[in-house]
Amino acid sequence: MPFTVDLPTVFAFVIAFAIFAYVVMDGFDLGIGILFPALPAGRERDSAMNSIAPVWDGNETWLVLGGGGLLAAFPLAYGMILSALYAPIIAMLLALIFRGVAFEFRWRDPGHRAVWDVAFNVGSVVAAFAQGVTLGALLQGIAVQDRGYAGGWFDWLTPFSLLVGASLVCGYALLGATWLIMKSEGPLQARCYRLAFPLGIGAILAMAAVSAWTPFLREAYWLRWFAWPQVLFTAQVPLLVAIVSVAFLVGLHRRHHYTPFLMALALFTLGLAGLGISLYPYVVPPAVSIWDAAAPDVSLRFMLPGVLVMVPVILAYTGYSYWVFRGKTGHEGYH
Amino acid sequence: MFEALDAVLLARLQFAFTVSFHFIFPSFSIGLASYLAVLEGLWLSTGRQIYLDLFKYWLKIFALVFGMGVVSGIVMSYQFGTNWSVFSDKVGPVIGPLMAYEVLTAFFLEAGFLGVMLFGMNRVGRTLHFTATLAVAVGTFISAFWILAANSWMHTPTGHVISAGGQFVPADWLAVIFNPSFPYRLVHTVFAAYLTTALVVGAVGAWHLLRDHLNDGARVMFSMAMGMITVVAPLQILAGDQQGLNTLEHQPVKVMAMEGHFQSYADGAPLILFGWPDQTAGVTRYAVEIPKASSLILKHALDAPLKGLDSVDRKEWPPVAVVFWSFRVMVGLGFLILTLAAFSMLARLRKGLYDWPVLHRFAVAMGPAGFVAVIAGWVTTEVGRQPYTVYGLLRTTDSVSRLDAPAVAASLLAFVVVYFVVFGAGVFYILKLMNQPPHHGEAGPERGEPVRAVGLMAGPAMARPGIAPRDREI
Repeated sequence: MPFTVDLPTVFAFVIAFAIFAYVVMDGFDLGIGILFPALPAGRERDSAMNSIAPVWDGNETWLVLGGGGLLAAFPLAYGMILSALYAPIIAMLLALIFRGVAFEFRWRDPGHRAVWDVAFNVGSVVAAFAQGVTLGALLQGIAVQDRGYAGGWFDWLTPFSLLVGASLVCGYALLGATWLIMKSEGPLQARCYRLAFPLGIGAILAMAAVSAWTPFLREAYWLRWFAWPQVLFTAQVPLLVAIVSVAFLVGLHRRHHYTPFLMALALFTLGLAGLGISLYPYVVPPAVSIWDAAAPDVSLRFMLPGVLVMVPVILAYTGYSYWVFRGKTGHEGYH
Repeated sequence: MFEALDAVLLARLQFAFTVSFHFIFPSFSIGLASYLAVLEGLWLSTGRQIYLDLFKYWLKIFALVFGMGVVSGIVMSYQFGTNWSVFSDKVGPVIGPLMAYEVLTAFFLEAGFLGVMLFGMNRVGRTLHFTATLAVAVGTFISAFWILAANSWMHTPTGHVISAGGQFVPADWLAVIFNPSFPYRLVHTVFAAYLTTALVVGAVGAWHLLRDHLNDGARVMFSMAMGMITVVAPLQILAGDQQGLNTLEHQPVKVMAMEGHFQSYADGAPLILFGWPDQTAGVTRYAVEIPKASSLILKHALDAPLKGLDSVDRKEWPPVAVVFWSFRVMVGLGFLILTLAAFSMLARLRKGLYDWPVLHRFAVAMGPAGFVAVIAGWVTTEVGRQPYTVYGLLRTTDSVSRLDAPAVAASLLAFVVVYFVVFGAGVFYILKLMNQPPHHGEAGPERGEPVRAVGLMAGPAMARPGIAPRDREI
């Protein structure tokens, strides 16, 4: 056959897309959990919760696809990353349990609603922070030997990974606030406009700090970003970040309903693009590339039609579900 | 060495604990999703309010069960990597794609339509809502299909080659998916899910009949559940028998442990009803046995010879007592379920299905029987596969991550505490919902409405005649 496809590269993009979809979709609903203490108990919290109740489950499924897809396409990387990041991964899973059950439990037990609200908040913060720490630890590199993790149990704990953790909490909170601007009206929306400004500034600064630190983690990252002539290409990322940041602030200032959320999503997209630029083609830096970690072609070829057919179908009915629950979250029906 | 063994044991305990807890929820939600689809279908075809009331009654419970299934399931998809990284590296190329297909074809389908199913009735119209319910129900099946294909392959691996590096590489996907134990396991597990759900629905119906035997909703759910059990319980015993024969063919050592046969029998093996398998001594003590009955069941001949555990190396033995007893718990409950089915048949023929408190008390007591049987059966088959993860090919001790015992002990402890607190609360809320009698004009999983679109008050369902105003509250 004259035309061949490099399947590991294709699946690297598939996994990257699953992570992107996860961050885009679960980011705002984790963000609402992070913001929960800033919303007064009662109508505002209920409206915020109701705006995500029909969709959170589908959002988290992208996380399962990320995990399952990594096992299927890059089994070696899956084993290495998850055993190296044992503590943050377990923390994230436990945190997701607390926040996931809170959706139903807080309605079923009004007497203990405050307790489940705390579970929702703490679960969301811990899950977001653990995801950031995981990302940071991956970026700084994982020690491997003989197809296994060779480091200690707390290698993941560094100032850099903690910074990425905190950044992600801030970023998700921004997504949550801007989502609610889009989905709410009245006092809740006004409150979210007020919250979105400091969160937006915080997220932009955090992004700048992580981006500035990353090239110093490894020489490979430095060269990737600053070597001539590819700097002409990589320089577009910070440039776009600057443009999007301005658009975000203008949208917020003019009290647009949609622009702040869309620009926050654009910031996340650029952040992930930057991550991809730093990492590619390594899936477990510094030593394991996507080709080292990939499952045999026969496994990837089996999955390819499933991915090509099902992902568009999934996006279609996910879109349908969002469409069914479109519009502003009201507070009628709560009396 | 000793410490390494401890870490393996802890990792196994953690996996067993989290998967057992998780399995409770899908074994209920597979059956409940189908039951909900039947109720909604009946409502749409007959127009009878009672089916809609029951649909909404069980939909509230389904919302809780499904949520807990999702969050406990996310744990599973990551635990292969955290604790079983060598297994993931070696077996990932085979079972990874099966699980990826489960996510792509089942999980998204369920999750995508769950929101519409729970909250969308007055936004999308009846037909589309019913489609959403069907999508969720079908999704639970597709999920069972893929995950049981992966699980069955670990019991009866076929269709692969082993690379020089020890990685399992698929050679024939159809042989991987339709491996020898898969069809049996699929049927047995899906029937188990149906029975589990029917027992719960029956117990809730019986509970309310005991209080008020004229409650229409309780009558309908009790009758439907008992009918389901009457049909499925005998089929399930047949399916179990077939799976047992299949196991005898492919995993004879597991059957030896199930039977408590430490020694081989040249002319007819006894069926040991009860006893205490002593693994160290290699005998089943205090055995109460029926001569030759085991050969009759397994070989359909009284004098057929049957090999025992003495015919294989001790290193191939699973923990016999666990397998022996969990198997008896499952089978014992199976026959109790059959008794309930027969009892309800008798009551139906006497036309006293709703007026026989003894039957209702029995049905209430059997409410949790399905869950216990499912977990016991799961323990039988999974512990019976030991000491292997991929039967005969990859040992459990060679599958585990390079683990530090204290790290695993800490995570195991955290899982135990969180699961008991969180899922304990969930079970309490479910019981609270079940304690409320079904009634006319049942509310759905409502909070008024989760989201209300501005200017969309005239949703499609609202425009249709024949829906009483209160029905719009779902």
